[in-house]
Amino acid sequence: MSAFRVEVRVMPRAALLDPQGQAVEHALHALGFGEVARVRMGKHLVLEVTAGSRDEALARARAMCDRLLANPVTEDYDLAVDGGAAR
Amino acid sequence: MKRVAVVVFPGSNCDAETLAAARAAGSDAYFVWHRDTDLRQADVVILPGGFSYGDYLRSGAIARFSAVMGAVAEHAYAGGAVLGICNGFQILCEAGLLPGALMRNARLRFLSRPVWVRVEQTDTPFTSLYEKGEVLEIPVAHGDGRYVVDPRTAAELEAMDRVVWRYVRENPNGSTNEIAGVTNAGRNVVGIMPHPERRDAPALGGQDGARVFHSMEARHATQHAVDVRAVDDRHLRV
Repeated sequence: MSAFRVEVRVMPRAALLDPQGQAVEHALHALGFGEVARVRMGKHLVLEVTAGSRDEALARARAMCDRLLANPVTEDYDLAVDGGAAR
Repeated sequence: MKRVAVVVFPGSNCDAETLAAARAAGSDAYFVWHRDTDLRQADVVILPGGFSYGDYLRSGAIARFSAVMGAVAEHAYAGGAVLGICNGFQILCEAGLLPGALMRNARLRFLSRPVWVRVEQTDTPFTSLYEKGEVLEIPVAHGDGRYVVDPRTAAELEAMDRVVWRYVRENPNGSTNEIAGVTNAGRNVVGIMPHPERRDAPALGGQDGARVFHSMEARHATQHAVDVRAVDDRHLRV
C-alpha cells in the first residue's frame, strides 16, 4: 500500500450560469485584461489516498466524487493522480 | 394533533422559529438531533433553514449524510410528509429526495428580504389550506437559492404539476422557471426556498406563511402517497 496524491477538479457544468466566473471576468475586464473570456470558477481538492495501486487510488477517488465531492446535477469533475492525468 | 419532528443539524438556525410555527398551528412539535435515527413517532418531518455544516463543499452536501437522514428517507418512502425549508430544501435535493440542486444566486448577493410567490399546487400536505393562484409575501434568506434542473426534468416537473410555489413579480435568484418550491412524484416531500415560519403572525409583518403549518394539521393533509391516484395526469385524493 502506498499513498497517492489525487487532485480533483470540480467545475460547474458548462451549460449552467456561473455567476462567480462572470464576476471574476468582469473584474478582469475592468483591470484592462480585455483579452479574457469565458471565465469559469470551480473547486480544486487535493486528497492523499492510501491504495495498492495508482488505478485503485483513482477508482476510490472517483467513488468519492460520485458520492460527495461533486453534485451530478450541476458539476463535472476530473482527476489527476501523482502527476499523471486520468478521466 | 400531528407529531412534527424538527431536525436540528449543526448550523441549523431556523429550528426554533419552525418549532414555534408548528406549535402555533396546533402541532405537537419537537426537536430531533441529527445523530438520532428514530423518526417512527413523527407524522411530519421538517428540515429547517440555516447553514448546516457551514455550507462547506455545497449547501446541504454534508448534512445529507447525517445519521438522521436514513430515517428521513425511510419516512419519505413510506409516504410520510417531509418539508424542507431553505437549507432543508437544499439537503433534500442533495439527498435525492427532491430533484435538482440549489446553486449560487444569479446576482451573487445574499438575499434577505420579502419576495412574492404564487401557490401553484394545493394537493400537498403543506399547501392544502391555500387557494391555487394565491400570491404570498414571504421572506427569503439565502445565498444559494437558484433552483437548477436539467430541461427534461424541468419539463417533467411542469407536466406533473410538481412546482408548488413560483416566484412572481421578479425572479430573485435566477431559478429555472421561477421555481421557489417543488414536490416529489408522491407529493409527500416538499421543498421551499422562502421561509414561511418567518411570516406566521401579524407581529412578524404578516401571516402568509402560517397555513403551511396549519395545512399539516388539516385532517386531509396527511394523505399518504398511496392515497393519491393519478387520473388523466391529474393527482386526486381518494
